[in-house]
Amino acid sequence: MFLLIGRRLLQSMVTVIAAVTLIFLLFSVIPGTFVSSLAGDKRDIDPKVLERIETELGLNDPLPTRFANYIGNLVRGDLGTSFATQRPVTAVLSARIWASFKLACAAIGFAVIVGLPLGFVAAVKQGTWMDTTAMMTAVSGLSIPAFWFGLLTMYFISLKLGWLPTFGYGNGGFRHLILPALTLGIAPMALLARTSRAAVLETMNADFIRTARSKGNTETRIVVRHMARNAFVLVLTTIGLQFGSMLGGSVVIENLFAWPGIGALLTQSVSMRDIPMVQGCILLIVLFFLVINTLVDIAYLLIDPRIRYR
Amino acid sequence: MIFRSNLIVGLTIFALVVLIAVFAPLIAPYDPISHSNLLYAEEAPGAQFWFGTDEQGRDIFSRIMYGARISLMIGLAVQTMNTCVGVLLGLSAGYLGGWWDEFVQSLTNLMLAIPTVVFALALMAVLGPGIVSLLIALGLTDWAYSCRISRAQVLTHKSQNYVQAARTMGYGRLHIMFREILPNIGGPLIVVATMGIGSAIMAEAALSFLGLGVVPPAPSWGGMLARAREQLMVAPWVALFPGLALFITVLGFNMLGDGLRDLLDPHGKAKR
Repeated sequence: MFLLIGRRLLQSMVTVIAAVTLIFLLFSVIPGTFVSSLAGDKRDIDPKVLERIETELGLNDPLPTRFANYIGNLVRGDLGTSFATQRPVTAVLSARIWASFKLACAAIGFAVIVGLPLGFVAAVKQGTWMDTTAMMTAVSGLSIPAFWFGLLTMYFISLKLGWLPTFGYGNGGFRHLILPALTLGIAPMALLARTSRAAVLETMNADFIRTARSKGNTETRIVVRHMARNAFVLVLTTIGLQFGSMLGGSVVIENLFAWPGIGALLTQSVSMRDIPMVQGCILLIVLFFLVINTLVDIAYLLIDPRIRYR
Repeated sequence: MIFRSNLIVGLTIFALVVLIAVFAPLIAPYDPISHSNLLYAEEAPGAQFWFGTDEQGRDIFSRIMYGARISLMIGLAVQTMNTCVGVLLGLSAGYLGGWWDEFVQSLTNLMLAIPTVVFALALMAVLGPGIVSLLIALGLTDWAYSCRISRAQVLTHKSQNYVQAARTMGYGRLHIMFREILPNIGGPLIVVATMGIGSAIMAEAALSFLGLGVVPPAPSWGGMLARAREQLMVAPWVALFPGLALFITVLGFNMLGDGLRDLLDPHGKAKR
């Protein structure tokens, strides 16, 4: 058991190291550095000044030196300082992570609360109009561009009906959270509905359900105790994957709703070519994904004895 | 019968988008870029401008027709690149095994851990905006699914008689991989690729929406939505129609993929 968990953690560590290397390499071959974009904006900067900035930022050191420095600092929890604002990247990220995390939790909560029952009903009422409606909702949810859906809710719910604020973080209250969470959660909701439908259908025909039925269990007990529990194990991966990729998925949504999280920071930093900040954001997004998925895998080991003894 | 309707609706939408893209110059009443007249800025939809006009007085209907070209071209090109990369890696990893397989699998895990739009954003930061950068950024980042599926398929086909027979007949690895196995695992790959076109179109729109994709004034559906938020109160049609076009197109590809899956792969091996 502990061996399995250990092996899983090791796997994640390898991916983290690979990700760090990839992110570093990607930004070491940038043709237009931060400095040249600075020069592009304000053309009358003295080339000597540019040269000095480049040296100060360490952009002229050879690649291996820069990589060693980067890794060394990373191990100490130092992600460097922002080219644009001169503030430590770690400080900026930790100031913003809470907003993103809150949004991700709300969105996955919405996806689970709506998506699971939708898929469940569709499977139990397979072939009826309820099934068709649920699955049409699901395929639409998967195809709708989230930022467009966000614009529509903004127009109808905020501007026309005046029920909720259009965008922004406000004082961090619940009312500002609803629309972005709904928008971010729509695609995971649709995916969950599909997966849980498939999972319930698969469980419905399983031998243990027939056994439970032949033992004279009531239908409610079969559905709740046997079917739902087993189907949930199948759906857990999807929930984990979706939650893990929320930080990445929120890039567009945070921009649309002016949400002060990691996603909005990433886009700003990309347009300013603030390399340490971009590296920090991507690293955080990847770490979040890996941590969530490792946790889900470990949860599996705890929930499902079949995996433990395989 | 549901799968048939999926297939038919999906195919119809696909055909429609192709026709619009090809015949855009004939259908569009105005030029999508140069025909801007501030006197007609933010006109509501009506007889003269079917879908209304944007803040520069450009006809939204014409821009959507031309936008189909960009979406379709990028969707198809990006997915072709992704499929080629994914199949090449998956096929070789599954067939050759060993350290190469380990390497490809770690790479796939890595790609799955970095969301496509985030990776593409990073690449766009490196390459700068524009269509070529967009093709590279999206075409090299979303191959993990086709790689996984082709690898899994190869593993099941590897031990089958026809592959053994080809080996006995002395065919080389390349011949067996591409001429024997590949044609036999095409079904699930086509399904994944079809749905991938939809996601590629969506990713392009998302990047253009963020201002890091297709450079304005080229009419990209995502780019048209970029400034819609500020005009939402006075000109909601600026937001409505490009998004609708995007939605219907992506829906078409997803339904086509669903329909093809039920047709080619009744056991659902190609689930994404």
